[in-house]
Amino acid sequence: MKAFLMYRDRDFDLQRELPLNEPALTQDLELNRLLNAMALDDKFLFEVARKAVLSSLSDLDTIVYRQNILEDCLKNSSIVKDIYDIAVESIESKKKHFYWFFGRHPSPSSLLHASVGVIQMLVGFLKKLKNIAEEHANKFESAGFTTFFAMLNKELEDEYLARVQDHLRELKFRNGVLMSAELGRGNKGINYVLHKPQDQKQSWLERIFASWLEQIFAKKTPAYTFRIANRDEMGARALSELRGKGINLVANALAQSADHILSFFNLLRTEMAFYVGCLNLHDHLAKKGEPTCFPLPVAPGERRERFNGLYDVCLSLILKQRVVGNDVSADDKDLVIITGANQGGKSTFLRSIGLAQLMMQCGMFAPAESFCANICDGLFTHYKREEDVTMSSGKLDEELSRMSDIVDNVRVNSLLLFNESFAATNEREGSEIAGQITSALLEKRIKIFYVTHLYEFAHGFYDQRMENAIFLRAERQADGGRTFKIIEGAPLETSYGKDLYNNIFRTDN
Amino acid sequence: MAFHSILFERTEDSMKTETVEAPGFFLDLNLDQVIDAIVAGKQEYNLKPFFYTSLGDIDAIKYRQEIMRDLENEVLFEDIKSFSEKMRSMRANLAIADKLYYEYQKERMFLDAISIYCDAVNCLVHDLSLVDLKSRGFLAFRAYLANYAESSPFTSLLAETKKLIDDLLSVKYCLLIKSNSIVVRKYESEIDYSAEVEETFEKFKQGAVEDYRAEYSDSLTMNHVEAGVLDFVAQLYPDIFSTLDDYCAKNANYLYETISVFDREIQFYVAYLEFVAKFRRAGLKFCYPQISNECKEVFDFEGFDLALANKLINENSSIVCNDFYLKDKERIFVVSGPNQGGKTTFARTFGQLHYMASIGCPVPGRKARLFLFDRVFTHFEKEERINNLRGKLQDDLVRIYDILNQATPKSIIIMNEILTSTTLKDAVFLGKKIMKKIIQLDQLCVFVTFIDELACLSEKSVSMVSTVVPENPALRTYKIVRRPADGLAYALSIAEKYRLTYDHLKERLKS
Repeated sequence: MKAFLMYRDRDFDLQRELPLNEPALTQDLELNRLLNAMALDDKFLFEVARKAVLSSLSDLDTIVYRQNILEDCLKNSSIVKDIYDIAVESIESKKKHFYWFFGRHPSPSSLLHASVGVIQMLVGFLKKLKNIAEEHANKFESAGFTTFFAMLNKELEDEYLARVQDHLRELKFRNGVLMSAELGRGNKGINYVLHKPQDQKQSWLERIFASWLEQIFAKKTPAYTFRIANRDEMGARALSELRGKGINLVANALAQSADHILSFFNLLRTEMAFYVGCLNLHDHLAKKGEPTCFPLPVAPGERRERFNGLYDVCLSLILKQRVVGNDVSADDKDLVIITGANQGGKSTFLRSIGLAQLMMQCGMFAPAESFCANICDGLFTHYKREEDVTMSSGKLDEELSRMSDIVDNVRVNSLLLFNESFAATNEREGSEIAGQITSALLEKRIKIFYVTHLYEFAHGFYDQRMENAIFLRAERQADGGRTFKIIEGAPLETSYGKDLYNNIFRTDN
Repeated sequence: MAFHSILFERTEDSMKTETVEAPGFFLDLNLDQVIDAIVAGKQEYNLKPFFYTSLGDIDAIKYRQEIMRDLENEVLFEDIKSFSEKMRSMRANLAIADKLYYEYQKERMFLDAISIYCDAVNCLVHDLSLVDLKSRGFLAFRAYLANYAESSPFTSLLAETKKLIDDLLSVKYCLLIKSNSIVVRKYESEIDYSAEVEETFEKFKQGAVEDYRAEYSDSLTMNHVEAGVLDFVAQLYPDIFSTLDDYCAKNANYLYETISVFDREIQFYVAYLEFVAKFRRAGLKFCYPQISNECKEVFDFEGFDLALANKLINENSSIVCNDFYLKDKERIFVVSGPNQGGKTTFARTFGQLHYMASIGCPVPGRKARLFLFDRVFTHFEKEERINNLRGKLQDDLVRIYDILNQATPKSIIIMNEILTSTTLKDAVFLGKKIMKKIIQLDQLCVFVTFIDELACLSEKSVSMVSTVVPENPALRTYKIVRRPADGLAYALSIAEKYRLTYDHLKERLKS
């Protein structure tokens, strides 16, 4: 039994390693704000959201698969939360039921006893799930939920559940434990196999008839009985050990089955947790009136970047008012260079690009009115950092070392976001370094967004009139006021630092 | 020729008594360490006596060399290993049978032991028939073994054993445990209930989960409940168990002595070849030396000290090989040169090579001719013993006197840094005297000494010198080369390093 709500045909692996540059991504895109909004202080939700958002999908099909499920969730949020709660509750109750086993090696007898109890309880939760499936399945349209509900109906048929009950009753061994054995090394008994004791569901009449038949026809096979004396404690221990050998396998099978059922619930909880997180975030944004949309992903080999009203979701989460969205149309571009005024929204813009890309590639909605981009094979950020506190390396040195790590991991169709990189030296040298790195990456077919003050670098590319490059600028109105809008435009030589200076020092006459 | 022993072709060559005492020179030559390393892990065979006894006869050495060469065939080697493994497991079963308390358990272990023995014999017969053998020893053994395996005592033992084991394996019984009683009866094809339960829950299988199976000790001892059950099982199958009783009584002496002796003696070769393999893996060479009891023009190329090399391989350090040869009238190596340069190692190597050759083993080196000695005498510098009232010099001389008295022209003498406890003048005088004795007796000798004068006493002596790296005299090469003893070479190279040679000083003092 599988939930298959994150992938069409496999489980969502919470243990999966995150990409090596996960710390940089988290820091540069301020991801934790997004994750906190999804988790609402629930550690488990946070962990699942973190894993899902950071392990980007690279195939269109799975992205759309999740988008459809999420759409169902948005429509049926209370049912979805019910399912999640059942999963959580089942796991909690097992913990209560089984806690006394921790750190001990239970005997097969006590293991079997406890497992029968746990399974009894888990079957109860399975029935609840099945009831939801029977009642609400018709409200869901996505392939994921349809398959999930159908699976519950099929696997948990009444006849099957009755058979499980039979076994649970049988395994109490009211008629004793019957087992076979063979002679092993040193004529010691081996290969203990448990057998089903006689069926006790016969009526008394049948029973009498059967024993009468037996007496007449059955060849009397000899049987010898061995009785342990009342005071023989060693003997009693030996007897219970022998009994243990007989039920060892079945006790193990049952305990493992309990684990398996529980891991089904764990899996269900994990996979549902992602959608619950999405619902939480969606609630928050919807209350503020921020738009969301299901993005349109395009194959990695293509180059698409076209959106309306794309905003920085993390910025929005900390502000009361709505934030400014941007419209860009940069299809068929490999290189996007963003220049312009300080505090003009360049960094925010760059972050919104990265966040939207991650949200799209985990199957979530995007913070925009519309959003279409090609899938990238790996997202990398290279941001200017604060001065290195350890003083172990110079600033440019540190930047280049981080760049070198990125180069070790970057691939065709990766997306790289540069924010003020290589500005730690003078402009000429910085431009030369940035130019050489950028050119090499472009030739490797890597998509680049570069926010920079390095005029020589930006202008150098502008002069080349490359078809696959586009230049954006932070808008500045004639009066020097900022709109925080990013518009298309050639790099300008000054970044309006003077404005900022004037503004702060109030020297503007 | 009838097979007698894999170590000795003729009955009269056999060891009269097995000595447990290593020869006196073992300690000096570090042969004790070598033999310890060879027999490590094979204590049960008690192989040391074989390594403590040298052969005095060239043909006896060749008998072993042939067998050793045959065993270098990996196929045969593995065949023998697998035979020994089975014999070992047979003995293990017998040992367990001895310790067990309940009779039916003892009998079953005994039965298994015999079954393993039969299998060991049959496998070896089969394996040997497929191998190309050249040695007299193996050819005779193969004939003997084939003959034994076809003999009627063996074939009927095999048949009985097989039948009885099959019968016991077919025994299957049922236990019904309820409160404090067990009912034992024959098995009546009831179905496996665990499998049924497992199958019911199959659909929930996710990934790997914990294994909850309780572990029961796999000790063979049984408690009285198990023993009671076994007694009932014996009553359920009376024929099988009474046959088992008879079988054990009848076959108490199943093991043929020739075969158990072979199993032990062949370990001499196996142990040595396993030891050799370790060195070969490190790129070192071994060869079968030519042995002569006449010609003293011995040589060995790319030889090394087994004890030292064994240690160095364990430490992953590199090993330096050395060559030596004596021609015409040469008999004595006089080894001098810087300390820690490998002089003692060279002396030990010379002794080890001769000794290992004398017990029929291949020796370190690419090519070798060695002398069949009657005795080896060593005199290595020893710590002064407090309970010895004689002075050290006197002690040295007494020992040397004893050696020279017992030695014959066929003896090998190895002297290492003796006469250090006296003045140089004395030492030169005494050294020359001793050398003359050795020269007179025409003995093979290695003489490690600091006295240069001894190197050129006669045409019988060859001077060998330990060497250093010219640019850095502190570095030893561990190479011992044939070169006139010039204590100066070492001093000069140090001087050169500090620019204090004549030429350097001329140059430096010019201005």
